[in-house]
Amino acid sequence: MTVKLATTAMALLLTVGAASAEKISFEYWYGLTGDLGKVVAETCTRFNASQDLYEAVCVGQDGYEKAVQNAIAAFRAQKHPTLLQSFDAGTADLMLSGEFYPVTKLMADTGVTIDWADYFPGIANYYSSKSGEFFSMPWNSSTPVYYFNKDHFAKAGLTEAPITWEGLEAAFAALKASGQACALAYAPSSWIDLEQFSMVHNVPVASNNNGYDGLDSELLFNTTLHVKHMENIQRWITEGTALLRTQGTGKTARDSFVEGECSVFFSSIADHNTIHKLTPAFGWDVQIIPTYEGTERTNSVVGGASLWVLSGKTDDEYKAAAAYLAFLASKPEQQFLLENSGYIPVTKSTYDALLAEGFYAKEPFINRDIAMKSLTWTEPTELTRGIRLGSFIQIRAEWVAEVEAALAGQKTMQEALDTAVARGNDQLKRFAQTYQGKSFP
Amino acid sequence: MRRACFKFSWVAAALLVPQLLIIFVFFYWPSAQALYWAFTLEQPWGGGNTWVGLDNFRAILTDPYYWGSVRVSVIYALATTALAMGMALTLAVFVDRQLAGYRTWRVAIIWPYAVAAPAVGLAFQFVFNPGAGIFSFINAVAPGWWDLSRNAWQAVVAIIVAGAWKQVAYSFVFFLAALQSIPRSLIEAAAMDGARPLRRMFDLQMPLLTPTVFFLLVINITDSFTDSFGIVDTLTGGGPYRATDLMVYRIYSEGFKGMNYSGAAAQSVILMLLVMALTFVQFRYVERRVHYT
Repeated sequence: MTVKLATTAMALLLTVGAASAEKISFEYWYGLTGDLGKVVAETCTRFNASQDLYEAVCVGQDGYEKAVQNAIAAFRAQKHPTLLQSFDAGTADLMLSGEFYPVTKLMADTGVTIDWADYFPGIANYYSSKSGEFFSMPWNSSTPVYYFNKDHFAKAGLTEAPITWEGLEAAFAALKASGQACALAYAPSSWIDLEQFSMVHNVPVASNNNGYDGLDSELLFNTTLHVKHMENIQRWITEGTALLRTQGTGKTARDSFVEGECSVFFSSIADHNTIHKLTPAFGWDVQIIPTYEGTERTNSVVGGASLWVLSGKTDDEYKAAAAYLAFLASKPEQQFLLENSGYIPVTKSTYDALLAEGFYAKEPFINRDIAMKSLTWTEPTELTRGIRLGSFIQIRAEWVAEVEAALAGQKTMQEALDTAVARGNDQLKRFAQTYQGKSFP
Repeated sequence: MRRACFKFSWVAAALLVPQLLIIFVFFYWPSAQALYWAFTLEQPWGGGNTWVGLDNFRAILTDPYYWGSVRVSVIYALATTALAMGMALTLAVFVDRQLAGYRTWRVAIIWPYAVAAPAVGLAFQFVFNPGAGIFSFINAVAPGWWDLSRNAWQAVVAIIVAGAWKQVAYSFVFFLAALQSIPRSLIEAAAMDGARPLRRMFDLQMPLLTPTVFFLLVINITDSFTDSFGIVDTLTGGGPYRATDLMVYRIYSEGFKGMNYSGAAAQSVILMLLVMALTFVQFRYVERRVHYT
């Protein structure tokens, strides 16, 4: 009896051993951390359990920036992963290097069918080449919104959340009049105040249609509506309507909002889930980012990150990666991500199915799909496809440092933005020189 | 007479090779690479580079913000060194005098040296937090006065204090060792001649400590230039408006965050030259005043 059991156990072990040896594994490096990092790890576990051909080995890299840095270092030593989760600002170099496998091509080569037309245009355009080929696989996607304290709004006699800046400014005044000390918790964010602001107003961030048409682009944001907007923000801070709330001041804008100190703050829709978890002691809701009166609203663009397939791997690894990407794109997996984070669906069919199921009518998801409204407001124009600029991480850093200087009273906002543009243009020139003779695909 | 049964040269070489290899792999090779990149524009994902001569250096040296960074780095290095060595010496003198509980204090003071720089930054984030930290009490008296996001000098003070705190332990160990190596009989003789502790300190112990002071000066200054990155990253992120953008932090943010490998390489070369020049100055002019016994 014992001998028989032992033999069976041996046989089982052998088959398990054989099966796992046959599995094709590939590496995936992701940048998300904390709870969201756990969600990524969970998708890998689910993928590995869902089939027995492939195995995803998923490694957290402690942040998007580090994920890209580490992938570059590994790539130079030819020890890089097959899949890399990267944020938009970090991918200009990767695009020009050509060291990636466009996912459209990958799927075609490995025989995986993906309905590319099903992706929301605001998302599809952002991650694809001029010819419409997807570079990378959209996954965790978001767009900015503003969060407001419903109780404060009711006390101030405000019945709805305005979608124009003029309306919001009037709301700030009403909030102040109702005894609310701080209306807006402000933290400088190039992504919201510059990039998405320019998208929804259909104004350029840079020439060459935001860099899509050539590397010899120049920044233009010191000449657009963006200047007036930043001057308004500065005025609100000077008047005391808005408070600067950053890590440096000791309290982030989100903390300030959740504690009820300020009534409004701007952030990614991805924060929707986090704020729910922090359970503020008041009613709150979200609204699309406002536009100025007299302008025509256009679509906002997607933020978050996408999954890149790097070059220099074996066909088997590509097959495995393609299977994983197709798995992530399926409706149940998109829903899994949505339920465990604040991100939004990336395909129309998933969104429609979720709507039909009443997904967005239940707490905590109520109104979270307002982000979709912002993202799909219009079809993307030449200026609202996205931004294709090199050294964009540094351009963002220049913008933040200059805006901080202006807000601290070191210079006027116009001077600050002029300096940011001049310094950013130097970065762009250097980038163009580095990739002489190349252009974005 | 017994002859040696192995060739000395081979053993010596075998013993030296691992160390030389490590130095080569982790210092000379990367340094040479950095030097080469400093004269080119390197594509991060490989794929070649373009020779640009001195363009990178020209761009850096004509950037007013770069000079701001050099200025604050020098201020940081001098201030942390002075503060850390001053504190360390004071503490070492007290421990050396064997005040009550000195054994406990001796261990407690050495500990901070084992704390990683980013952790120091995080700890001081709580201390300096204008809303919730120890310094928020200042704001309770004078609202809005202590604000690291607006006041450049306060941010600089914050990183200096944090940096100095981390350095105190290292200097303390050396000062204490040096103090304890001064023969007791000298101190006792001075005491019998009627010299009070302060007089003994300045006229007797200090001159005997000068070699240690000089050594610590060189080490501390070099360290403040090259090892301040963790504290800046967690405490201020280089802000507000670049006020704490130390040279080494700039290299990190341009090179790794911004993927401008060549610009960062050129800055590393400049930083290395600066540290070498400072060390040279110290050996040339400060060492003259050192009395080796």
